Amino acid sequence: MTYRFQFDQVFAAWPHLLHGTWITIQLSLTATGLGLLVAILCAWGKTSGPGWLRYVINAYIELIRNTPFLVQLFFFFFALPAIGLRWTPHTAALVSMVVNLGAYATEIIRAGIEAIPKGQIEAGLALNLKHWEIFRFVILKPALKTIYPALTSQFILLMLSSSVVSVISADDLTSVAANIQSETFRSFEVYIVVTVIYLALSLAFNALFKLVYQTYLNYPDRR
Amino acid sequence: MRTFGWSELWFIVAAAKWTIALSAIAFAGGTVVGLLVALARTGGIALLARIATVFTQIFQGTPLLLQLFLVFFGAPILGFEINPWLAAAAALTLNSGAFLGEIWRGCIQAVPRGQWEAAEALSLSYRWRMRAVILPQAFKIAVPPTVGYLVQIIKGTSLAAIIGFTEITRAGQIIDNATFQPLIVFGVVGALYFVLCWPLSLWAWRLEKRHARALTR
Repeated sequence: MTYRFQFDQVFAAWPHLLHGTWITIQLSLTATGLGLLVAILCAWGKTSGPGWLRYVINAYIELIRNTPFLVQLFFFFFALPAIGLRWTPHTAALVSMVVNLGAYATEIIRAGIEAIPKGQIEAGLALNLKHWEIFRFVILKPALKTIYPALTSQFILLMLSSSVVSVISADDLTSVAANIQSETFRSFEVYIVVTVIYLALSLAFNALFKLVYQTYLNYPDRR
Repeated sequence: MRTFGWSELWFIVAAAKWTIALSAIAFAGGTVVGLLVALARTGGIALLARIATVFTQIFQGTPLLLQLFLVFFGAPILGFEINPWLAAAAALTLNSGAFLGEIWRGCIQAVPRGQWEAAEALSLSYRWRMRAVILPQAFKIAVPPTVGYLVQIIKGTSLAAIIGFTEITRAGQIIDNATFQPLIVFGVVGALYFVLCWPLSLWAWRLEKRHARALTR
């Protein structure tokens, strides 16, 4: 092997890499928050909404889960402007991520909600809690606790698939890598460094989610 | 300027064969890698288990797109001739190997302990213990999640479009560049993926329900 690795030009671009990492973190966390909100609403609609709403939510879930994220991104960025909905690459990226996560997380949360024993909900009714209080405290919180591992690995998958938004030239970490690559022609080195950054990010996200669990969901339960 | 017509539609539909071919290769390769990973992680040899765990963590902890780039840009440097076809096949094989390995490890460990002990009590060798006792039972548990994972593989092949491999998504981009009718083009592209994935999702869902019923009996 005669190839000489040259990382210095890649490391010289560290302010760009740092900025890209920050954008990826920001994009992922925002999409996670909004997507979770969408998912909770959809999970509520799917478990206790009227028939037509369940039908719409099911269609949304199946449509998103059976098409690639890349195609969803193209649809939001290229196809929707054709009918008058224009947005920046960054917004299009965020919207596709929220819509994507929403569908996956709905199914996960629904599974958690359905695992709540009926007696627990009846106990809530017996305590004269209001409907939203029952959903919030008796159903949602224990459900989130049950499905927490599945939910957080979905969050991490979302962060990783955010690299795909670089194809519409948003300003995330992979886009930065592509820019550095086209200036320095050190593609292998750039992508090695950026892959390592993603690996560090997924470890960091994992740690963050564990911390959130310890803080908010780590209460004793009977199971 | 071209408008979207039958020949454009056919161009995209015909590209589905490359999506299917790439998915099949990734699944076949992923099966081999995944089985090795699952066996290494359950076999009780610490070093092998460690290597397989690190392999899994790396491939599950980094984006598939970057794995694709590393193979595509890295292989020529390491002295291999590569084209988008090979790069996509190699990256998807390794990626699905990591995920399938993780799924199957769970399935192997889900076989009740008594079965392992019984096989050991019969003094079966490792090979026969796995072949005759553990793997057939693990296989039954593994079918529903594996079918479900096939959907992920098919969707993953869309990323090969980014390095220039002409499957459904890339075919859509080409037609979009010629017709400027993104709504219908990406509508068709999405619909094609849906037609490929939805039956598999349904099948996985039904298998899972049947399996759950078998367990409660």
